[in-house]
Amino acid sequence: MTPPLYDVPGPRAKRRNALFTLVFLVALAVLAWWVYRSLEEKNQLEWVKWRPFFTDSRAWSTYILPGLRNTALAASLAMVIALPLGALLGISRLSDHRWVRGTAGTVVEFFRAIPVLILMLFANAAFSEFTDISPDTRPLYAVVTGLVLYNASVLAEVVRAGILSLPRGQTDAAKAIGMRKGQTMLHVLLPQSVTAMLPALVSQLVVIVKDTALGGALLGFSELLASVRPMSANYGANTIASFTVVAVIFVLINFALTTFASWLEGRLRRGKKSTGAVVGAEAVEELATPGEHIGPGDAGGSTGGAK
Amino acid sequence: MFDFLEGYDLLGAFWVTVRLTLYSGVGSLVWGTVLAAMRVSPVPLMRGFGTAYVNVVRNIPLTVIIIFTSLGLFQTLGVSLGADDFTAINFRLAVLGLTAYTSAFVCEALRSGINTVPVGQIEASRAIGLSFAQTLRLVVLPQAFRSVVGPLANVLIALTKNTTVSAAIGVAEAAALMREMIENEAQLILISAVFAAGFVCLTLPTGLFLGWVSKKVSVRR
Repeated sequence: MTPPLYDVPGPRAKRRNALFTLVFLVALAVLAWWVYRSLEEKNQLEWVKWRPFFTDSRAWSTYILPGLRNTALAASLAMVIALPLGALLGISRLSDHRWVRGTAGTVVEFFRAIPVLILMLFANAAFSEFTDISPDTRPLYAVVTGLVLYNASVLAEVVRAGILSLPRGQTDAAKAIGMRKGQTMLHVLLPQSVTAMLPALVSQLVVIVKDTALGGALLGFSELLASVRPMSANYGANTIASFTVVAVIFVLINFALTTFASWLEGRLRRGKKSTGAVVGAEAVEELATPGEHIGPGDAGGSTGGAK
Repeated sequence: MFDFLEGYDLLGAFWVTVRLTLYSGVGSLVWGTVLAAMRVSPVPLMRGFGTAYVNVVRNIPLTVIIIFTSLGLFQTLGVSLGADDFTAINFRLAVLGLTAYTSAFVCEALRSGINTVPVGQIEASRAIGLSFAQTLRLVVLPQAFRSVVGPLANVLIALTKNTTVSAAIGVAEAAALMREMIENEAQLILISAVFAAGFVCLTLPTGLFLGWVSKKVSVRR
Protein backbone atom coordinates (compact mmCIF):
# COMPACT_ATOMS: atom_id res chain seq x y z
CA MET A 1 0.00 0.00 0.00
CA THR A 2 1.24 3.44 -0.88
CA PRO A 3 2.23 5.51 2.13
CA PRO A 4 0.22 8.75 2.20
CA LEU A 5 2.18 11.68 0.78
CA TYR A 6 0.05 14.21 2.66
CA ASP A 7 -1.03 15.01 6.19
CA VAL A 8 -4.49 14.59 7.63
CA PRO A 9 -6.22 17.60 6.01
CA GLY A 10 -6.82 20.64 8.13
CA PRO A 11 -9.50 23.25 7.34
CA ARG A 12 -7.47 24.88 4.54
CA ALA A 13 -6.45 21.62 2.95
CA LYS A 14 -10.04 20.43 3.16
CA ARG A 15 -11.21 23.50 1.28
CA ARG A 16 -8.47 23.04 -1.32
CA ASN A 17 -9.33 19.36 -1.77
CA ALA A 18 -12.97 20.26 -2.18
CA LEU A 19 -11.99 22.79 -4.86
CA PHE A 20 -9.89 20.20 -6.71
CA THR A 21 -12.72 17.70 -6.47
CA LEU A 22 -15.06 20.27 -7.96
CA VAL A 23 -12.68 21.18 -10.82
CA PHE A 24 -12.04 17.53 -11.60
CA LEU A 25 -15.75 16.77 -11.45
CA VAL A 26 -16.46 19.59 -13.91
CA ALA A 27 -13.74 18.29 -16.24
CA LEU A 28 -15.20 14.78 -16.09
CA ALA A 29 -18.69 16.16 -16.64
CA VAL A 30 -17.55 18.11 -19.72
CA LEU A 31 -15.95 14.95 -21.09
CA ALA A 32 -19.05 12.89 -20.34
CA TRP A 33 -21.25 15.53 -21.94
CA TRP A 34 -19.08 15.55 -25.08
CA VAL A 35 -19.24 11.75 -25.29
CA TYR A 36 -22.99 11.86 -24.76
CA ARG A 37 -23.51 14.55 -27.42
CA SER A 38 -21.42 12.77 -30.04
CA LEU A 39 -23.15 9.47 -29.35
CA GLU A 40 -26.54 11.15 -29.50
CA GLU A 41 -25.70 12.89 -32.78
CA LYS A 42 -24.78 9.58 -34.42
CA ASN A 43 -27.86 7.90 -32.96
CA GLN A 44 -25.78 5.43 -30.99
CA LEU A 45 -27.83 5.77 -27.83
CA GLU A 46 -31.17 4.65 -29.26
CA TRP A 47 -32.65 1.87 -27.19
CA VAL A 48 -33.11 -0.23 -30.36
CA LYS A 49 -29.34 -0.58 -30.63
CA TRP A 50 -28.82 -1.65 -27.05
CA ARG A 51 -31.98 -3.70 -26.61
CA PRO A 52 -30.73 -6.92 -28.28
CA PHE A 53 -28.18 -7.44 -25.51
CA PHE A 54 -30.75 -7.11 -22.76
CA THR A 55 -33.92 -8.61 -24.12
CA ASP A 56 -32.93 -10.79 -27.08
CA SER A 57 -31.36 -14.08 -26.06
CA ARG A 58 -30.37 -14.70 -29.68
CA ALA A 59 -27.77 -11.91 -29.52
CA TRP A 60 -26.06 -14.01 -26.89
CA SER A 61 -26.64 -17.45 -28.33
CA THR A 62 -25.64 -16.60 -31.91
CA TYR A 63 -22.81 -14.11 -31.44
CA ILE A 64 -21.45 -13.58 -27.96
CA LEU A 65 -21.46 -17.03 -26.38
CA PRO A 66 -19.90 -18.88 -29.36
CA GLY A 67 -17.25 -16.16 -29.51
CA LEU A 68 -16.64 -16.47 -25.81
CA ARG A 69 -16.39 -20.24 -26.14
CA ASN A 70 -13.73 -19.91 -28.84
CA THR A 71 -11.80 -17.39 -26.75
CA ALA A 72 -11.87 -19.76 -23.78
CA LEU A 73 -10.98 -22.72 -25.98
CA ALA A 74 -7.94 -21.05 -27.54
CA ALA A 75 -6.76 -19.62 -24.21
CA SER A 76 -7.07 -22.88 -22.31
CA LEU A 77 -5.47 -24.94 -25.09
CA ALA A 78 -2.58 -22.49 -25.24
CA MET A 79 -2.10 -22.59 -21.47
CA VAL A 80 -2.30 -26.39 -21.27
CA ILE A 81 0.23 -26.90 -24.08
CA ALA A 82 2.55 -24.06 -23.13
CA LEU A 83 2.88 -25.04 -19.47
CA PRO A 84 4.75 -28.37 -19.83
CA LEU A 85 6.79 -26.91 -22.67
CA GLY A 86 7.67 -23.94 -20.52
CA ALA A 87 8.57 -26.18 -17.59
CA LEU A 88 10.91 -28.16 -19.84
CA LEU A 89 12.57 -24.99 -21.16
CA GLY A 90 12.79 -23.43 -17.72
CA ILE A 91 14.44 -26.49 -16.20
CA SER A 92 16.79 -26.77 -19.19
CA ARG A 93 17.87 -23.20 -18.53
CA LEU A 94 18.99 -24.27 -15.08
CA SER A 95 20.96 -27.24 -16.42
CA ASP A 96 24.61 -27.76 -15.52
CA HIS A 97 25.46 -28.52 -19.12
CA ARG A 98 26.43 -25.41 -20.98
CA TRP A 99 24.93 -26.40 -24.33
CA VAL A 100 21.57 -27.42 -22.88
CA ARG A 101 21.44 -24.15 -20.94
CA GLY A 102 22.55 -22.16 -23.99
CA THR A 103 20.05 -23.74 -26.37
CA ALA A 104 17.12 -23.28 -24.00
CA GLY A 105 18.25 -19.72 -23.29
CA THR A 106 18.44 -18.87 -26.98
CA VAL A 107 14.98 -20.29 -27.65
CA VAL A 108 13.48 -18.42 -24.71
CA GLU A 109 15.12 -15.08 -25.50
CA PHE A 110 14.21 -15.38 -29.18
CA PHE A 111 10.51 -16.06 -28.72
CA ARG A 112 10.16 -13.46 -26.00
CA ALA A 113 11.63 -10.81 -28.28
CA ILE A 114 9.08 -11.33 -31.07
CA PRO A 115 5.51 -10.00 -31.08
CA VAL A 116 2.82 -12.69 -30.73
CA LEU A 117 1.13 -11.37 -33.85
CA ILE A 118 4.23 -12.12 -35.95
CA LEU A 119 4.24 -15.67 -34.57
CA MET A 120 0.53 -16.07 -35.35
CA LEU A 121 0.92 -14.77 -38.90
CA PHE A 122 3.80 -17.17 -39.42
CA ALA A 123 1.88 -20.11 -37.98
CA ASN A 124 -1.15 -19.32 -40.13
CA ALA A 125 0.90 -19.21 -43.33
CA ALA A 126 2.92 -22.27 -42.36
CA PHE A 127 -0.21 -24.34 -41.70
CA SER A 128 -1.69 -23.37 -45.05
CA GLU A 129 1.51 -24.16 -46.91
CA PHE A 130 2.84 -27.29 -45.24
CA THR A 131 -0.21 -29.05 -43.81
CA ASP A 132 -3.70 -29.84 -45.03
CA ILE A 133 -5.58 -28.46 -42.05
CA SER A 134 -8.88 -27.17 -43.40
CA PRO A 135 -9.18 -23.38 -43.73
CA ASP A 136 -12.05 -23.42 -41.20
CA THR A 137 -9.96 -24.67 -38.30
CA ARG A 138 -6.69 -23.13 -39.42
CA PRO A 139 -7.19 -19.84 -37.51
CA LEU A 140 -7.63 -21.74 -34.24
CA TYR A 141 -4.46 -23.75 -34.89
CA ALA A 142 -2.57 -20.59 -35.82
CA VAL A 143 -3.74 -18.66 -32.78
CA VAL A 144 -2.93 -21.50 -30.40
CA THR A 145 0.47 -22.10 -32.02
CA GLY A 146 1.41 -18.43 -31.80
CA LEU A 147 0.26 -18.21 -28.19
CA VAL A 148 2.09 -21.43 -27.26
CA LEU A 149 5.41 -20.36 -28.81
CA TYR A 150 5.35 -17.02 -27.03
CA ASN A 151 3.90 -18.11 -23.72
CA ALA A 152 6.03 -21.24 -23.38
CA SER A 153 9.05 -18.97 -23.31
CA VAL A 154 7.46 -16.61 -20.80
CA LEU A 155 6.32 -19.54 -18.63
CA ALA A 156 9.86 -20.94 -18.86
CA GLU A 157 11.04 -17.81 -17.08
CA VAL A 158 8.20 -18.10 -14.56
CA VAL A 159 9.21 -21.71 -13.82
CA ARG A 160 12.86 -20.72 -13.55
CA ALA A 161 12.03 -17.87 -11.20
CA GLY A 162 9.81 -20.21 -9.18
CA ILE A 163 12.57 -22.78 -8.75
CA LEU A 164 15.17 -20.13 -7.93
CA SER A 165 12.86 -18.53 -5.38
CA LEU A 166 12.89 -21.66 -3.21
CA PRO A 167 15.13 -21.48 -0.16
CA ARG A 168 18.58 -23.03 -0.65
CA GLY A 169 17.93 -25.43 2.21
CA GLN A 170 15.57 -27.44 0.01
CA THR A 171 18.37 -28.44 -2.37
CA ASP A 172 20.81 -28.97 0.48
CA ALA A 173 18.42 -31.25 2.32
CA ALA A 174 17.74 -33.25 -0.83
CA LYS A 175 21.49 -33.65 -1.37
CA ALA A 176 21.97 -34.65 2.25
CA ILE A 177 19.58 -37.58 1.96
CA GLY A 178 21.44 -38.66 -1.17
CA MET A 179 19.07 -37.58 -3.98
CA ARG A 180 20.48 -37.18 -7.42
CA LYS A 181 20.08 -33.94 -9.39
CA GLY A 182 17.15 -35.23 -11.39
CA GLN A 183 15.44 -36.58 -8.31
CA THR A 184 15.91 -33.29 -6.47
CA MET A 185 14.32 -31.40 -9.35
CA LEU A 186 11.45 -33.84 -9.86
CA HIS A 187 10.53 -34.64 -6.27
CA VAL A 188 11.58 -31.58 -4.26
CA LEU A 189 11.96 -28.42 -6.30
CA LEU A 190 9.37 -28.72 -9.06
CA PRO A 191 6.34 -29.59 -6.88
CA GLN A 192 7.06 -26.70 -4.54
CA SER A 193 7.75 -24.25 -7.32
CA VAL A 194 4.34 -25.01 -8.82
CA THR A 195 2.72 -23.62 -5.69
CA ALA A 196 5.11 -20.67 -5.67
CA MET A 197 4.33 -19.70 -9.24
CA LEU A 198 0.55 -20.13 -9.17
CA PRO A 199 -0.16 -16.36 -8.95
CA ALA A 200 2.13 -15.71 -11.92
CA LEU A 201 0.42 -18.48 -13.90
CA VAL A 202 -3.04 -17.05 -13.27
CA SER A 203 -1.98 -13.58 -14.30
CA GLN A 204 -0.29 -14.95 -17.44
CA LEU A 205 -3.69 -16.39 -18.28
CA VAL A 206 -4.97 -12.81 -18.49
CA VAL A 207 -2.30 -12.04 -21.09
CA ILE A 208 -3.30 -15.12 -23.08
CA VAL A 209 -7.02 -14.27 -23.00
CA LYS A 210 -6.25 -10.75 -24.21
CA ASP A 211 -3.98 -12.01 -26.99
CA THR A 212 -6.65 -14.31 -28.44
CA ALA A 213 -8.35 -11.12 -29.67
CA LEU A 214 -5.48 -10.74 -32.16
CA GLY A 215 -6.68 -13.86 -33.91
CA GLY A 216 -10.13 -12.37 -34.28
CA ALA A 217 -8.84 -9.13 -35.76
CA LEU A 218 -6.21 -10.44 -38.13
CA LEU A 219 -6.65 -14.15 -38.78
CA GLY A 220 -10.41 -14.52 -39.01
CA PHE A 221 -10.65 -16.57 -35.83
CA SER A 222 -14.24 -16.26 -34.61
CA GLU A 223 -13.58 -15.32 -31.01
CA LEU A 224 -15.32 -12.72 -28.87
CA LEU A 225 -13.93 -9.58 -30.54
CA ALA A 226 -14.72 -10.96 -33.98
CA SER A 227 -18.41 -11.06 -33.05
CA VAL A 228 -18.56 -7.24 -33.02
CA ARG A 229 -18.78 -6.88 -36.81
CA PRO A 230 -21.61 -9.35 -37.46
CA MET A 231 -23.47 -8.00 -34.43
CA SER A 232 -23.30 -4.38 -35.52
CA ALA A 233 -24.25 -5.39 -39.05
CA ASN A 234 -27.24 -7.33 -37.82
CA TYR A 235 -28.54 -4.92 -35.20
CA GLY A 236 -28.46 -1.69 -37.22
CA ALA A 237 -24.91 -0.32 -36.99
CA ASN A 238 -24.75 -0.43 -33.21
CA THR A 239 -20.94 -0.40 -33.22
CA ILE A 240 -20.59 1.38 -29.91
CA ALA A 241 -23.08 -0.87 -28.13
CA SER A 242 -21.44 -4.04 -29.46
CA PHE A 243 -17.97 -2.83 -28.50
CA THR A 244 -19.17 -1.88 -25.04
CA VAL A 245 -20.67 -5.31 -24.40
CA VAL A 246 -17.56 -7.13 -25.65
CA ALA A 247 -15.21 -4.89 -23.67
CA VAL A 248 -17.27 -5.33 -20.50
CA ILE A 249 -17.12 -9.12 -20.85
CA PHE A 250 -13.34 -9.03 -21.31
CA VAL A 251 -12.94 -6.71 -18.31
CA LEU A 252 -15.11 -8.92 -16.10
CA ILE A 253 -13.21 -12.12 -16.98
CA ASN A 254 -9.78 -10.59 -16.66
CA PHE A 255 -10.61 -8.61 -13.55
CA ALA A 256 -11.80 -11.79 -11.90
CA LEU A 257 -8.55 -13.53 -12.88
CA THR A 258 -6.40 -10.60 -11.67
CA THR A 259 -8.22 -10.45 -8.35
CA PHE A 260 -7.90 -14.20 -7.95
CA ALA A 261 -4.15 -14.00 -8.66
CA SER A 262 -3.53 -11.34 -6.04
CA TRP A 263 -5.73 -13.13 -3.50
CA LEU A 264 -3.73 -16.31 -4.16
CA GLU A 265 -0.46 -14.40 -3.80
CA GLY A 266 -1.49 -12.93 -0.47
CA ARG A 267 -2.63 -16.32 0.77
CA LEU A 268 0.62 -18.01 -0.24
CA ARG A 269 2.74 -15.27 1.35
CA ARG A 270 0.84 -15.57 4.62
CA GLY A 271 0.61 -19.36 4.55
CA LYS A 272 2.31 -21.07 7.50
CA LYS A 273 3.13 -24.27 5.68
CA SER A 274 4.68 -22.69 2.60
CA THR A 275 8.37 -22.02 2.16
CA GLY A 276 7.58 -18.34 1.68
CA ALA A 277 8.67 -18.53 -1.96
CA VAL A 278 6.21 -16.76 -4.29
CA VAL A 279 6.51 -15.57 -7.87
CA GLY A 280 4.04 -12.69 -7.74
CA ALA A 281 1.62 -11.68 -10.44
CA GLU A 282 3.56 -8.44 -10.89
CA ALA A 283 6.68 -10.37 -11.87
CA VAL A 284 5.11 -11.62 -15.09
CA GLU A 285 5.57 -8.32 -16.86
CA GLU A 286 9.27 -8.36 -16.15
CA LEU A 287 9.70 -12.02 -17.03
CA ALA A 288 8.07 -11.40 -20.41
CA THR A 289 10.88 -9.07 -21.44
CA PRO A 290 13.90 -10.26 -23.37
CA GLY A 291 17.33 -9.57 -21.89
CA GLU A 292 18.80 -10.14 -18.49
CA HIS A 293 16.80 -9.83 -15.32
CA ILE A 294 17.78 -8.29 -12.05
CA GLY A 295 16.79 -9.81 -8.75
CA PRO A 296 16.40 -13.34 -7.47
CA GLY A 297 16.11 -14.64 -11.01
CA ASP A 298 19.86 -14.26 -11.40
CA ALA A 299 20.75 -16.02 -8.19
CA GLY A 300 21.58 -19.21 -10.05
CA GLY A 301 23.87 -17.35 -12.43
CA SER A 302 22.23 -18.93 -15.43
CA THR A 303 21.65 -16.13 -17.86
CA GLY A 304 22.63 -17.81 -21.06
CA GLY A 305 21.36 -17.36 -24.49
CA ALA A 306 21.10 -14.98 -27.36
CA LYS A 307 23.28 -11.98 -27.05
CA MET B 1 18.56 -15.22 -51.89
CA PHE B 2 17.03 -12.09 -50.47
CA ASP B 3 15.78 -10.76 -53.82
CA PHE B 4 12.19 -11.20 -52.62
CA LEU B 5 12.77 -8.06 -50.61
CA GLU B 6 12.82 -5.95 -53.75
CA GLY B 7 9.76 -3.85 -54.26
CA TYR B 8 8.98 -3.75 -50.54
CA ASP B 9 9.85 -0.89 -48.23
CA LEU B 10 11.13 -3.00 -45.34
CA LEU B 11 13.03 -0.21 -43.61
CA GLY B 12 10.08 2.12 -44.06
CA ALA B 13 7.77 -0.36 -42.34
CA PHE B 14 10.13 -0.79 -39.41
CA TRP B 15 10.52 2.99 -39.27
CA VAL B 16 6.75 3.27 -38.82
CA THR B 17 7.04 0.71 -35.99
CA VAL B 18 9.78 2.79 -34.34
CA ARG B 19 7.79 6.01 -34.74
CA LEU B 20 4.66 4.41 -33.28
CA THR B 21 6.75 3.22 -30.34
CA LEU B 22 8.38 6.59 -29.73
CA TYR B 23 5.23 8.73 -29.98
CA SER B 24 3.10 6.44 -27.85
CA GLY B 25 6.03 5.88 -25.47
CA VAL B 26 6.33 9.59 -24.75
CA GLY B 27 2.55 9.97 -24.61
CA SER B 28 2.07 7.14 -22.14
CA LEU B 29 4.96 8.33 -19.99
CA VAL B 30 3.23 11.70 -19.57
CA TRP B 31 -0.31 10.36 -19.14
CA GLY B 32 0.91 7.49 -16.96
CA THR B 33 2.72 9.90 -14.65
CA VAL B 34 -0.40 12.04 -14.35
CA LEU B 35 -2.42 8.91 -13.55
CA ALA B 36 0.10 7.78 -10.93
CA ALA B 37 0.01 11.25 -9.32
CA MET B 38 -3.79 11.03 -9.27
CA ARG B 39 -3.66 7.62 -7.61
CA VAL B 40 -1.58 8.88 -4.67
CA SER B 41 -3.24 12.31 -4.43
CA PRO B 42 -5.26 13.53 -1.43
CA VAL B 43 -8.39 14.05 -3.57
CA PRO B 44 -10.57 10.91 -3.31
CA LEU B 45 -12.32 11.50 -6.63
CA MET B 46 -9.00 11.61 -8.51
CA ARG B 47 -7.80 8.49 -6.70
CA GLY B 48 -10.99 6.73 -7.68
CA PHE B 49 -10.69 7.81 -11.29
CA GLY B 50 -7.05 6.65 -11.48
CA THR B 51 -7.86 3.27 -9.97
CA ALA B 52 -10.88 2.74 -12.21
CA TYR B 53 -8.94 3.75 -15.35
CA VAL B 54 -6.05 1.40 -14.63
CA ASN B 55 -8.24 -1.56 -13.72
CA VAL B 56 -10.52 -1.21 -16.72
CA VAL B 57 -7.91 -0.42 -19.38
CA ARG B 58 -5.43 -3.08 -18.25
CA ASN B 59 -8.07 -5.77 -18.62
CA ILE B 60 -9.29 -4.87 -22.11
CA PRO B 61 -7.30 -6.48 -24.93
CA LEU B 62 -5.22 -3.91 -26.81
CA THR B 63 -6.74 -5.24 -30.03
CA VAL B 64 -10.20 -4.22 -28.84
CA ILE B 65 -8.95 -0.72 -28.00
CA ILE B 66 -7.15 -0.24 -31.32
CA ILE B 67 -10.06 -1.50 -33.41
CA PHE B 68 -12.42 0.65 -31.35
CA THR B 69 -10.39 3.77 -32.20
CA SER B 70 -10.97 3.00 -35.87
CA LEU B 71 -14.49 1.53 -35.97
CA GLY B 72 -15.93 3.40 -33.01
CA LEU B 73 -14.11 6.71 -32.72
CA PHE B 74 -13.36 7.43 -36.36
CA GLN B 75 -15.98 5.67 -38.45
CA THR B 76 -18.91 6.09 -36.07
CA LEU B 77 -18.16 9.29 -34.19
CA GLY B 78 -16.00 11.02 -36.80
CA VAL B 79 -13.01 11.70 -34.55
CA SER B 80 -10.08 12.16 -36.94
CA LEU B 81 -7.57 13.87 -34.61
CA GLY B 82 -6.94 16.68 -37.07
CA ALA B 83 -5.60 14.59 -39.94
CA ASP B 84 -7.15 14.42 -43.42
CA ASP B 85 -5.78 11.36 -45.24
CA PHE B 86 -6.32 7.78 -44.12
CA THR B 87 -2.66 7.01 -43.49
CA ALA B 88 -2.30 9.90 -41.06
CA ILE B 89 -5.67 9.27 -39.40
CA ASN B 90 -4.94 5.59 -38.79
CA PHE B 91 -1.46 6.37 -37.54
CA ARG B 92 -2.75 8.93 -35.04
CA LEU B 93 -5.59 6.66 -33.93
CA ALA B 94 -3.07 3.86 -33.34
CA VAL B 95 -0.88 6.20 -31.28
CA LEU B 96 -3.96 7.23 -29.28
CA GLY B 97 -4.96 3.62 -28.60
CA LEU B 98 -1.43 2.50 -27.73
CA THR B 99 -1.01 5.50 -25.41
CA ALA B 100 -4.32 4.90 -23.65
CA TYR B 101 -3.39 1.24 -23.08
CA THR B 102 0.29 1.60 -22.20
CA SER B 103 -0.18 4.46 -19.74
CA ALA B 104 -2.06 2.10 -17.41
CA PHE B 105 1.07 -0.03 -17.20
CA VAL B 106 3.33 3.02 -16.81
CA CYS B 107 1.10 4.16 -13.95
CA GLU B 108 1.39 0.80 -12.18
CA ALA B 109 5.17 0.71 -12.65
CA LEU B 110 5.52 4.23 -11.26
CA ARG B 111 3.29 3.46 -8.31
CA SER B 112 5.48 0.51 -7.37
CA GLY B 113 8.45 2.91 -7.64
CA ILE B 114 6.75 5.35 -5.31
CA ASN B 115 6.39 2.49 -2.84
CA THR B 116 10.17 2.02 -2.76
CA VAL B 117 10.73 5.52 -1.36
CA PRO B 118 11.23 5.10 2.41
CA VAL B 119 8.33 6.31 4.53
CA GLY B 120 10.80 8.26 6.68
CA GLN B 121 11.68 10.55 3.79
CA ILE B 122 8.04 11.24 3.09
CA GLU B 123 7.42 11.96 6.77
CA ALA B 124 10.47 14.23 6.86
CA SER B 125 9.35 16.20 3.84
CA ARG B 126 5.92 16.62 5.38
CA ALA B 127 7.55 17.69 8.64
CA ILE B 128 9.49 20.54 6.98
CA GLY B 129 6.21 21.74 5.57
CA LEU B 130 6.35 20.61 1.93
CA SER B 131 2.94 20.35 0.34
CA PHE B 132 1.72 17.22 -1.46
CA ALA B 133 2.80 18.59 -4.85
CA GLN B 134 6.22 19.57 -3.52
CA THR B 135 6.75 16.22 -1.80
CA LEU B 136 5.84 14.44 -5.00
CA ARG B 137 7.88 16.67 -7.31
CA LEU B 138 11.01 17.20 -5.21
CA VAL B 139 11.35 14.09 -3.06
CA VAL B 140 9.31 11.15 -4.28
CA LEU B 141 9.17 11.19 -8.08
CA PRO B 142 12.90 11.76 -8.73
CA GLN B 143 13.73 8.69 -6.67
CA ALA B 144 10.78 6.72 -7.97
CA PHE B 145 11.82 7.31 -11.58
CA ARG B 146 15.33 6.10 -10.89
CA SER B 147 14.07 2.90 -9.31
CA VAL B 148 11.59 2.10 -12.09
CA VAL B 149 13.89 2.36 -15.11
CA GLY B 150 13.82 -1.44 -15.26
CA PRO B 151 10.02 -1.86 -15.14
CA LEU B 152 9.56 1.07 -17.52
CA ALA B 153 11.98 -0.61 -19.93
CA ASN B 154 9.76 -3.70 -19.79
CA VAL B 155 6.75 -1.53 -20.61
CA LEU B 156 8.63 0.06 -23.51
CA ILE B 157 9.59 -3.32 -24.95
CA ALA B 158 6.04 -4.61 -24.57
CA LEU B 159 4.93 -1.43 -26.36
CA THR B 160 7.36 -2.07 -29.22
CA LYS B 161 5.88 -5.52 -29.68
CA ASN B 162 2.33 -4.20 -29.23
CA THR B 163 2.68 -1.71 -32.09
CA THR B 164 2.12 -4.69 -34.42
CA VAL B 165 -1.52 -4.69 -33.31
CA SER B 166 -2.05 -1.47 -35.28
CA ALA B 167 -1.82 -3.64 -38.41
CA ALA B 168 -5.45 -4.42 -37.55
CA ILE B 169 -6.50 -0.90 -38.56
CA GLY B 170 -4.23 -0.72 -41.59
CA VAL B 171 -1.19 1.14 -40.29
CA ALA B 172 1.64 0.17 -42.62
CA GLU B 173 4.08 -1.06 -39.97
CA ALA B 174 6.16 -4.22 -39.86
CA ALA B 175 3.42 -6.79 -39.18
CA ALA B 176 1.21 -5.36 -41.93
CA LEU B 177 4.07 -5.59 -44.41
CA MET B 178 4.82 -9.14 -43.30
CA ARG B 179 1.20 -10.11 -43.94
CA GLU B 180 1.34 -8.57 -47.40
CA MET B 181 4.64 -10.23 -48.27
CA ILE B 182 3.49 -13.66 -47.08
CA GLU B 183 0.50 -13.35 -49.39
CA ASN B 184 2.52 -12.32 -52.45
CA GLU B 185 5.79 -14.18 -52.13
CA ALA B 186 6.54 -17.87 -51.75
CA GLN B 187 9.33 -17.43 -49.23
CA LEU B 188 7.52 -17.97 -45.94
CA ILE B 189 10.48 -19.04 -43.83
CA LEU B 190 12.84 -16.33 -45.08
CA ILE B 191 10.25 -13.57 -44.79
CA SER B 192 9.41 -14.61 -41.23
CA ALA B 193 13.11 -14.83 -40.36
CA VAL B 194 13.68 -11.29 -41.62
CA PHE B 195 10.82 -9.87 -39.55
CA ALA B 196 11.73 -11.92 -36.49
CA ALA B 197 15.30 -10.66 -36.77
CA GLY B 198 14.02 -7.10 -37.09
CA PHE B 199 12.09 -7.35 -33.84
CA VAL B 200 14.93 -9.11 -32.04
CA CYS B 201 17.16 -6.19 -33.13
CA LEU B 202 14.64 -3.71 -31.74
CA THR B 203 13.77 -5.36 -28.43
CA LEU B 204 16.78 -7.33 -27.20
CA PRO B 205 19.32 -4.44 -27.22
CA THR B 206 16.73 -2.16 -25.60
CA GLY B 207 16.22 -4.72 -22.83
CA LEU B 208 19.94 -5.23 -22.25
CA PHE B 209 20.78 -1.51 -22.44
CA LEU B 210 18.00 -0.32 -20.16
CA GLY B 211 18.70 -3.20 -17.75
CA TRP B 212 22.27 -1.88 -17.52
CA VAL B 213 21.01 1.69 -17.08
CA SER B 214 18.61 0.65 -14.33
CA LYS B 215 21.46 -1.02 -12.43
CA LYS B 216 23.48 2.20 -12.78
CA VAL B 217 20.89 4.71 -11.68
CA SER B 218 18.88 2.80 -9.09
CA VAL B 219 19.17 4.23 -5.59
CA ARG B 220 21.11 1.86 -3.33
CA ARG B 221 19.25 1.17 -0.12
